[in-house]
Amino acid sequence: MKTSDLISALAADAGTPPARPGPALAAGLVLSAAAAAAAFFLWLHPRPDVAQAAGTARFLFKFAETLLIAGAAGLAAVAIGRPGASSAAAIRAAFVAGGVLLVAVAAELVTTAPGQWLSRLVGHNALFCLVMTPALSAAPLAILLTALRRMAPASPARLGFAAGVLAGAIGATFYALHCPDDSPLFLAVWYVAAILGVGGAGAAIGTRVLRW
Amino acid sequence: MIERTNDWNELMQAAGGGDEAAYRRLLSELAGFLRAVLRRRAAGLGLAAAELEDVLQETLLAIHLKRGTWAPDQPVAPWVAAIARNKMVDALRRRGRRVTAPIEDFADTLAAPEPAEELSSREAARLLAVLSGRQRQVVEALTVEGEDVKAVAGRLNISEGAVRVALHRGLAALSAAYRSIRE
Repeated sequence: MKTSDLISALAADAGTPPARPGPALAAGLVLSAAAAAAAFFLWLHPRPDVAQAAGTARFLFKFAETLLIAGAAGLAAVAIGRPGASSAAAIRAAFVAGGVLLVAVAAELVTTAPGQWLSRLVGHNALFCLVMTPALSAAPLAILLTALRRMAPASPARLGFAAGVLAGAIGATFYALHCPDDSPLFLAVWYVAAILGVGGAGAAIGTRVLRW
Repeated sequence: MIERTNDWNELMQAAGGGDEAAYRRLLSELAGFLRAVLRRRAAGLGLAAAELEDVLQETLLAIHLKRGTWAPDQPVAPWVAAIARNKMVDALRRRGRRVTAPIEDFADTLAAPEPAEELSSREAARLLAVLSGRQRQVVEALTVEGEDVKAVAGRLNISEGAVRVALHRGLAALSAAYRSIRE
């Protein structure tokens, strides 16, 4: 095959609109949130004192942090998935998400007595968090990986990891409505572990499905 | 160089809107640019000229199928260079050599003049064998035999729209075939 003939064939296909990953990712995010919400109301429910908790800083911080992680992962997915794209914004966002969490942990350590630290870190049901967060993230992960197949990553595993962290953060955002533990100490250990776990699953699956 | 980059961005925009002539011109210019990029990288890796043309063809196919990942605010050259780098790594891996090609090498080449040379290659032609009936007929007619859409439609007695659909699916299948020989 001559390269000029291949070019002719490719040019003849110019009428097919480019498969843009941006709209696919946006649609994937909406669907992911809907899927996680559906799973949440099927399997779980908001905690009984949710109205009261909504007035406390610790409860609200859980959502701020999971959404910051989701934002950083989303930016990372776009940076990894587009050839030659800059990753500066994604790296900044990751530092913001990590930094804010560290500040919250420091604030918690300063404002609570050392005797409370361990019980706040262990929480009421860490294992449930480790199971339910990935469970709520499963459908979002499948949806996001499908949307991201339009991307062209240098490393499919890395893009899969970003998709997994994004899905995990979406799942964690809903799980936070149910979870009775609001301490940043709990968040920094169990939520982060669950989200990274989903990230690992995303990397493993992405290696296979995001190749191009 | 700056002027050429702006040109490519304009051609890319026009191509995205379905302008076939602009797209053909862009791909021809990119082929020359990429040949220089790949040749410089390949020198130390022992890739023969025909193999280089294989990588170039796979890269052009990837550029086509993944052109949605290009953003209008992004220069075209680094975008295509990143795709070429990926395809070169894939091609070398396929030959059992593990390499890590630093992107800087490609950036250096951006300003290099492009040689105009074209060798026919075997890999893509061989891969056409995996396509199914109609897709294979259409892709082969347009690439190997150099026919145009109208002629193919007339010869196969199908509509031009049907030719274009078969072409698009055939190109995607060809890309999948490259992927499968990598495993």
